[in-house]
Amino acid sequence: MSDLASLQEQIRAAAGARRPLLIRAGGSKDFYGGPLEGELLDLSGFSGISDYQPTELVITARAGTRLIEIEGALAEHGQMLACESPQFAGRATLGGTVAAGLSGPRRAYAGALRDFVLGLEMIDGRAERLRFGGKVIKNVAGFDISRLMTGSLGTLGVISEVTLKSVPRPRAECTLQFEMDQARALESMTLWSARPLPLSATAWHDDLLCVRLSGAEAAVRAARESLGGESVSEAERYWEEVREQRLPFFTSAPELWRVSLPAHAPALPFAGPLLIEWGGSLRWLPGPQEPRALQALVGGLGGHAMRYRAPLKMPEGAFQSLSPALLRLHQRLKAAFDPLGIFNRGRLHPEL
Amino acid sequence: MASLAHVTDLLRRALPAEAVRSSPEELKPYECDALTLYRQTPLAVALPADETQVVRVLRICHEAGVPLIARGAGTGLSGGATPRSDAVLMSLARLNRILDLDPLGRTARVQPGVRNLAISEAAAPYELYYAPDPSSQIACTIGGNVAENSGGVHCLKYGLTLHNLLALRVATIEGEVLEIGARSLDAPGYDLLALLTGSEGLLGVVTEVTVRLIARPPCARVVLAAFASLAAAGQAVADVIAAGIIPAGLEMMDRPTIAAVEPVARAGYPLDAEAILLCESDGTALEVEEEIVRIEAVMRSAGASDCRVSRDEAERLRFWAGRKAAFPAMGALSPDYYCMDGSIPRQRLAAVLQAIRQMEGKYGLRCSNVFHAGDGNLHPLILFDSNLPEEVARSEAFGGEILELCVREGGSITGEHGVGVEKIDQMCAQFGSGELETFHAVKRAFDERGLLNPGKAVPTLHRCAELGRLHVRGGRLPHPELPRF
Repeated sequence: MSDLASLQEQIRAAAGARRPLLIRAGGSKDFYGGPLEGELLDLSGFSGISDYQPTELVITARAGTRLIEIEGALAEHGQMLACESPQFAGRATLGGTVAAGLSGPRRAYAGALRDFVLGLEMIDGRAERLRFGGKVIKNVAGFDISRLMTGSLGTLGVISEVTLKSVPRPRAECTLQFEMDQARALESMTLWSARPLPLSATAWHDDLLCVRLSGAEAAVRAARESLGGESVSEAERYWEEVREQRLPFFTSAPELWRVSLPAHAPALPFAGPLLIEWGGSLRWLPGPQEPRALQALVGGLGGHAMRYRAPLKMPEGAFQSLSPALLRLHQRLKAAFDPLGIFNRGRLHPEL
Repeated sequence: MASLAHVTDLLRRALPAEAVRSSPEELKPYECDALTLYRQTPLAVALPADETQVVRVLRICHEAGVPLIARGAGTGLSGGATPRSDAVLMSLARLNRILDLDPLGRTARVQPGVRNLAISEAAAPYELYYAPDPSSQIACTIGGNVAENSGGVHCLKYGLTLHNLLALRVATIEGEVLEIGARSLDAPGYDLLALLTGSEGLLGVVTEVTVRLIARPPCARVVLAAFASLAAAGQAVADVIAAGIIPAGLEMMDRPTIAAVEPVARAGYPLDAEAILLCESDGTALEVEEEIVRIEAVMRSAGASDCRVSRDEAERLRFWAGRKAAFPAMGALSPDYYCMDGSIPRQRLAAVLQAIRQMEGKYGLRCSNVFHAGDGNLHPLILFDSNLPEEVARSEAFGGEILELCVREGGSITGEHGVGVEKIDQMCAQFGSGELETFHAVKRAFDERGLLNPGKAVPTLHRCAELGRLHVRGGRLPHPELPRF
C-alpha cells in the first residue's frame, strides 16, 4: 500500500461501508490519545523526501518518511527542524508527528511544530486528494488548513505529504546547570525569558535547572558569562533524553501526565516528582492522577492537563474536555472533512 | 428593503443611539477600506463599545439573515472590509483598550481595536515589544492583523501574526463567544487559533486578543549592498540564507525604485546599481557584530559592487528611510499604481523579476519592484493612470499575469495582504475545486448561512467556472500618510 491511488481506494471502500480506519505508519505514538479503532490504513510505505531546497529552508516529504531521515538530510546542509519533535527511537514519521503536533525542548523559544508547517497534501473522508498551503514562507491565500491538520490526530483526514520550514543549526551551543529549588527555578526561567538571551531549552527536575543556549558564538559566550552556573558535558544526550521522554524520571511510573500552563504559573501543589520544561509552560507529573481534580486545578490557572501515557486507554479519552460550544464546532469541522466519521474515531476526543 | 430598515431599528434599540450610523453623510467615511477602487455604501454602521454589544449586533444580523462585515482601521489593501449595501458594517474601533499587560508572563491581552504599535508602546517600559510590524502599524489594529495574518519587514526572523498569538476570544455569527488558544503554549482540540488567523472575517469576530511579547533586541545594524544585476542580487539573497543566517530583515529594491527614491529620501543609495539589498541584523551588540561580518562577506562574494554597514543608529535609519519612502516616491511618479503581493520561492526571484521586466514592454506600462526578498514576497508596483480606462485594463491584465506567474513558480497570489475582494478571482488559479469546496465547508461549520463577510476571500465554484480567464484588479493606496513597504 504505497501509492496515493491505493490509499484513496481503501478510503473509498471504507467510506462506502462506513467502516472506521486507523491511520498509522511507524506506530510510535500508539500510546498517545484515545483508543486505536478500525481497519489499518498503513502509511509506512508511503515515504521518501520528495523535495529539499536548502537555500529555501523548505523540505517536502511523504507522510511515512521517518523523522530521523529528514533530520539527517537537513543536518547534511547544516539545518534542522526548529521544534525538535520526538523521534521515538527512530520510529516517528513525518505524518504522525504532524498529526500529533508534538514539539520538543526548543518549542518555547523557537516555535511549535505547527509554526513550521508550510503546506500539506491530504486525503479527506470522500477520498479526495487536496493540497493546502505551499512551499513558500508567506502565503495567506485561503484558510490555513495545513495548520488545522497539525495536531488533529488524523481525525480530519489522512496526511500524505508535508512541507516544513527548516532553520539553520545554531553556530554555538552550550548547556548550563544550576542547583535550585522549584520556586527559584520558575522565577529564574521567567526572568531570563524576558531578557534578550539566546535560550533554546530549559528543564528542571531533582533540584537542578538545565539551560541550553544556542546562537551566535559571541552571544552564547556572553550569556554564559552573565548567567553563571556550571557547564554540562554530554548535554546533547541529556536534551535528547528529555525530548524522547527517556530520562529515568519519565519512566519512573507507567502513567505520565502532561500539564500545559502559562509560563509563570505558580508551583503545583503536589509533593511527588516533577519535571518542568519550556520555561515553566510544560510540567510533567508521573503516576496516576484524579483527572477531574487535576484538570480543574490546572484550568483555573489558565492551562490544561492530559494523560500523556497510561497502561490503559480510558473511555473519557486522554485530553481535557472541550466547552460545549467548542465541542459543537469541533463536530461540525469533523463533519466538513470526514462526513462519514471514518478516520481515527475517538482518538482526539470520544465524541469525534 | 423593509427588513433592512428593521435591522437598523433593532440595532438602535440594542446599542446607544450614537453607536448606530445610517444617514448618507454618516456612512460616507465607511464606503471603502484601503482598496478604494471598490466603494459601496453599507446598510448601516454599528460601533459597539464592548463584547456584549458586539454579540448583540451579531445576534440581530443572524436572526434577520442580514450579512455583517467587521472592520478595524480600514487599512487593508485587499478589500477585506469593503462594505455591501445589503450588509451591516461593524467597526471595532471603540474596543480599543489594553486590558492587561503582564511583563513577567510576557503577554498582552488587548481589545481588537487597539493599534498594532500601541501594544509595543505599552510594552516598551519593560523592554518588551510585539514583533509583527506591518508597514501600516501606526494605524492598523490588532483585530485586523489577526483577520489578515499580517506580516511586516521583520517576519523572516520573528514570524507572522499567527506566530505571535496565544489566545483569542471570538464571537460567532450566532452570538456565541468562544475561547480559542490559551495563555499556555498549546490548547486541547483542533488548532482553531491557526484556522481563525488569516480567515479574513469569514468565520467569526475577534473580541479579544492575547499576544506574546518578546525582549527588544538592544542593537540593530543594517548592511546596504549594491549589485550590477537583478540575478546577482537574487543570488545574494539565497546565499545569505544558505550561509545559515536569518536576518531580521532582507529587502530588495530595483533600479527604477532607487532612481525614484534617492532624490526624495537622500539615503545615499548608489544610482548606478541594478538592485540594492538591505540586510538587517539585530540582537545583542556582540551577536550583531558577529553576524554583520558574515553578512558582509556573503554580499561581497556574491559580487556586491558597493557594501556599506550602518555605523550608527542615524545611518541605519537613513538606509531604511529610502525603503520606507519607496511607495510614496513611486506614487509621485505616476497618477496611480497597483501594489501586487505575490510570493515565490527565493531562488526564483531573479527569473521572476526578469519576466516582469519583459511584461513591461508587452503591456506598455512601467513596474518597479521593492519588496521582502528574504521571504520571497514580491510587491510589484504597476504605474498607470486611472483616468485612462484602457490603461486601467492593461494594468489589471499585467497584474494578473504576475500573479499567475507566482502560482506557476510554486508561490502564492498573496503573501501578506490577504485575498479580500481584490484577489478572489486568482483563488481559482491557486486552488482546485476540491480545496475551494473544503474552504466553503469550513465556512459553513462556523457560519451556516454565510452571513459573515460574504463574497470575500473564497470564490464560489460557479464564479471560477464562469471566469474561464484569469482577471485581476489592484488598488490605489489611500491613507497617504501611512508608510507602505
